[in-house]
Amino acid sequence: MQPLPQLLDEEHVFEAERPEVLILACGAIAREVLAVIELNGWTHVTVRCLPGKLHSTPAKIAPAVDAKLRELKGDYERIFVAYADCGTAGELDKVLDVHGVERLPGAHCYGFFAGNDAWQIMHDAEPATFYLTDFLARHFDSLVVKSLKLDRHPELKPLIFGNYKRLVYLAQTDNPDLVERARKAADYLGVTFEQRRTGYGELLPSLERFANA
Amino acid sequence: MNADSDAQEVDLGSLVDDDLVAQMHDDLYDGLAAEILEGTEILLERGWGPDKVLNDALVEGMRIVGIDFRDGILFVPEVLLAANAMKGGMGILRPLLAETGAERMGTVVIGTVKGDIHDIGKNLVGMMLEGAGFEVIDLGINNPVEAYLEALEEHKPDILGMSALLTTTMPYMKVVIGALEEKGLRNDQIVLVGGAPLNEEFGKAVGADAYCRDAAVAAETAQALVLARRAAAATAS
Repeated sequence: MQPLPQLLDEEHVFEAERPEVLILACGAIAREVLAVIELNGWTHVTVRCLPGKLHSTPAKIAPAVDAKLRELKGDYERIFVAYADCGTAGELDKVLDVHGVERLPGAHCYGFFAGNDAWQIMHDAEPATFYLTDFLARHFDSLVVKSLKLDRHPELKPLIFGNYKRLVYLAQTDNPDLVERARKAADYLGVTFEQRRTGYGELLPSLERFANA
Repeated sequence: MNADSDAQEVDLGSLVDDDLVAQMHDDLYDGLAAEILEGTEILLERGWGPDKVLNDALVEGMRIVGIDFRDGILFVPEVLLAANAMKGGMGILRPLLAETGAERMGTVVIGTVKGDIHDIGKNLVGMMLEGAGFEVIDLGINNPVEAYLEALEEHKPDILGMSALLTTTMPYMKVVIGALEEKGLRNDQIVLVGGAPLNEEFGKAVGADAYCRDAAVAAETAQALVLARRAAAATAS
């Protein structure tokens, strides 16, 4: 895969050779969406990513998706939204109902990567779990430490993370650098570390159903 | 006001009361814990009652912080720093308030629901409720329905407050309210719910008396509903 641009803060378009359908994706899963496209050799699927940092501000997701769907209406034969509910508490579904567009299953990316049922069992076993995906392991420092100002106010760490007991890194790929970053994140939070190799989980069949329809 | 800017040195003791209170609002906004402690002590030395210091300096300051948080001007770190500063002032005032023997507004049992370990919002609500004159029984995080029922039985509160941050855990509020209804206990207390993914529609759907969008609203709602309930009871008797 080509080196990817900055997906955390900016919106990006990955144009297909012969664009017919569009996946409007969260920047936090852009790599995985592009990997699925490459894996399948799809040349008709354009990907447009909203900034990955929206992961931390769920209230902004539904309005951002709505604005983008309005802008792109008519440009593609079909559109799929590669977001789960992502903390919008049904607000994203209200927007998608208006546009007649479908999204990924489940509550969040941890769920569709791990498998929503498997994630629920894992979470019920230990609710005090902090989850990382490849993207979140890669951007832990900027998305968590810096955005919560823990670098300047370390006294906030126990107030924000004091209840967590373990960190589970849901790995999409085998990347020793990301494993190390995730392990360091667990050390930083003062919690136990576990790694589970999920691959692309429910992302793969969901995108296949859309792209091959 | 900016929590990250270099604060100019201000001699708090040299300020007249109104200016000192205004300065404390600024200091709370900027999360300056030492300055809040000092301001609290100065006002007490000047003969202010602990309730007046609490309401005029601390609660009002946090109310301003809450408004700017709601409007997207402040974010979680700044609110936590402000709350931390207020906590210091409350530490001084709490024993003094207890000594005055002032009648409590009521009692609140509050806790984050089962499966959820997030408590930043709940802790802010607890602090603002305490500031509003309530005794707050904090059950902490990850509370099953049994923990709520036990606490309600033990403390007989005026209000039950439930909090959730996750969309996967917020439906548990309905489980708790359902259990109260089943046992015929639902009307024994007011039920308030809150948390980032909730809204008024959700509050109604689960059968709560009110959804509170932030800590200041929670304190105002708690006061208003308790007073209304007492007035209704007085009329009925």
